[in-house]
Amino acid sequence: MRSAALPCLAFCASGRTSELRAIPLHAPALTDSDAQFTVEARYYEKLPYKKIKCKLCPRECVIDDRERGYCGVRENRDSIYYSLVHSRVVTAHVDPIEKKPFFHFLPGTAAFSIATAGCNVNCKMCQNWEISQARPEQVRSNYMPPRDVAALAKRYECRAIAYTYSEPVIFYEYLLDAADAGRSAGVKSAVVTGGFIQQDPLKEMCRHVDAVKVDLKAYSQKFYKEVVNGDLKPVLDTLVTLKKQGMWTEIVYLVIPTLNDSEQEFKGLARWVKSEIGPDVPLHFSRFHPQYLLKNLPPTPLEILERAKAVSDAEGLRYVYIGNVPGHSAESTYCPKCRRMVVERAGYTVKSVRLRQGKCQFCQEPIPGIW
Amino acid sequence: MQALCESDSPAEAWKRVVRPGEVVGLKINCLAGKGISTSIPLVEAVCERLRQAGIPAKDIVIWDRLNADLESAGFRISTRQDSIRTLGNDVFGYEDELALHGSVASLVCKTLTRTCDAVINLPVLKDHGIVGVTMAMKNLFGAIHNPNKYHTDAGNPYVADVWMLDPIRRKLRLTLCDATTAQYEGGPSFMPQWTWRCDGLLASRDPVALDYVGWQMIESQRAEKGMRSLKDAGRAPAYIATAADARHMLGTNDPRLIERVEV
Repeated sequence: MRSAALPCLAFCASGRTSELRAIPLHAPALTDSDAQFTVEARYYEKLPYKKIKCKLCPRECVIDDRERGYCGVRENRDSIYYSLVHSRVVTAHVDPIEKKPFFHFLPGTAAFSIATAGCNVNCKMCQNWEISQARPEQVRSNYMPPRDVAALAKRYECRAIAYTYSEPVIFYEYLLDAADAGRSAGVKSAVVTGGFIQQDPLKEMCRHVDAVKVDLKAYSQKFYKEVVNGDLKPVLDTLVTLKKQGMWTEIVYLVIPTLNDSEQEFKGLARWVKSEIGPDVPLHFSRFHPQYLLKNLPPTPLEILERAKAVSDAEGLRYVYIGNVPGHSAESTYCPKCRRMVVERAGYTVKSVRLRQGKCQFCQEPIPGIW
Repeated sequence: MQALCESDSPAEAWKRVVRPGEVVGLKINCLAGKGISTSIPLVEAVCERLRQAGIPAKDIVIWDRLNADLESAGFRISTRQDSIRTLGNDVFGYEDELALHGSVASLVCKTLTRTCDAVINLPVLKDHGIVGVTMAMKNLFGAIHNPNKYHTDAGNPYVADVWMLDPIRRKLRLTLCDATTAQYEGGPSFMPQWTWRCDGLLASRDPVALDYVGWQMIESQRAEKGMRSLKDAGRAPAYIATAADARHMLGTNDPRLIERVEV
């Protein structure tokens, strides 16, 4: 069994000195039994001969008795489909919300960030593959029921719980329960996801959480097929639905040299976002670093990120950022009307916020977000 | 084994497969529980032959994916060092570094990489609802940490690429496919209404040839029962041709090159 020890946390935010705080977690649940983590799954249908069809993500895995779907964390047991990862946390951190990244959602605050094992895609650039591509029994985990998630978030003065690192769609039941516990405790919930989810569970999720950041891996089905082992259209549908549901949404596009960095793709993406989601959705172009199965590629040159931003700006998107380039001016937020800087950032640190009740303090232009 | 190895005695046959001093793993298949798993009598018989070939009990390891799978098929878990060990990958875990080939990137189980010097592959003969059939080649999905990622596109080319991973390709010596009870529909789960009493054992050093022959046996049974072929059902095992192609060369799927010896 591989060991993924829960790390100490580091917390940096505006106005505070960084400090290391160990999260006082439960003793590791080193047990052969997965019973405490097993709950009946949502969104599946029973088929003849003890098969089930999962209806959570667009794969719609048809799963035989005693087998699991693509994600590896949901299992058919005698025609009942179970999630094996409820309360089964493999990593927990207190992170700045900007690290997710959310730039227009509770800036300068902390997010209690959790993940389970598993994922419903297999991105070749995954930086968390050791947990995302693992089955739950292969990674050391801690029992952290929803009430504990909310309590820890409060204890560490986190304004939000972030479901992140791996893919929260696959720990859907836990996500919903933890979000409800958080809401009861006055803590918001923010989901960091690839967006590869079916419409019904997505709409239900929107009733429980407060913000969603979607990793749009590329604006190309070829890329989704070859690099992600997924599909583009369902992710675009997710973004449209989030908009219709009134969910605060931000988009991250990880720019990978030679794979998804064409000007044509940037232009197509920007036009689609403006047309289907609107010009006010924050779009982050993030720098890639060699990972997992793409160690042969270089980090993204800055000029490509800047070109992506320039193309998007020219298409009329108002909040386009460059990520993973600490200190770059495009980390900060500028009023689209008067062009003054309204949120100054350096890395994950918010240095100043010049908004009043969600408006530019200089010209009163509303700046969309949850402030 | 004597026919396969052209030897005068069983012990001599097995000596041509394994050598004293090697730790020999038996990769069985227990996914479907007692109904259609590698049978205990077969495993016991293989263990006995290995001992006759000079492999002491302490150097024999019966393994599959999980302890729970083994127990569901009637095997008893034992990690005692002084006798035959029976264990799942969850005992020793997996390597930390990925093994890569083609479409596959996986952590290989330490039972294979560090414990065993040689592996005897002991699958069962049955169809598979996604990949077409599951026999010699797909049985090694039980050696990697992420088999659930490799069922898309009917397992092609994943099944073949898994066999190209160095520890697997180097250590696999022989496949003995348990066809006492075989299944032609509804696999990999046990579906008794679609099994037949085949009372057979398929032995080969060529996993591709074995899978090809096993596939034909399943198709014959399906035809006899008035069922569509796997191809017409949209799940012909395309990975077999891939495994035989020039980039893999794991064996042959050409019936003209497969010598079938019935004993």
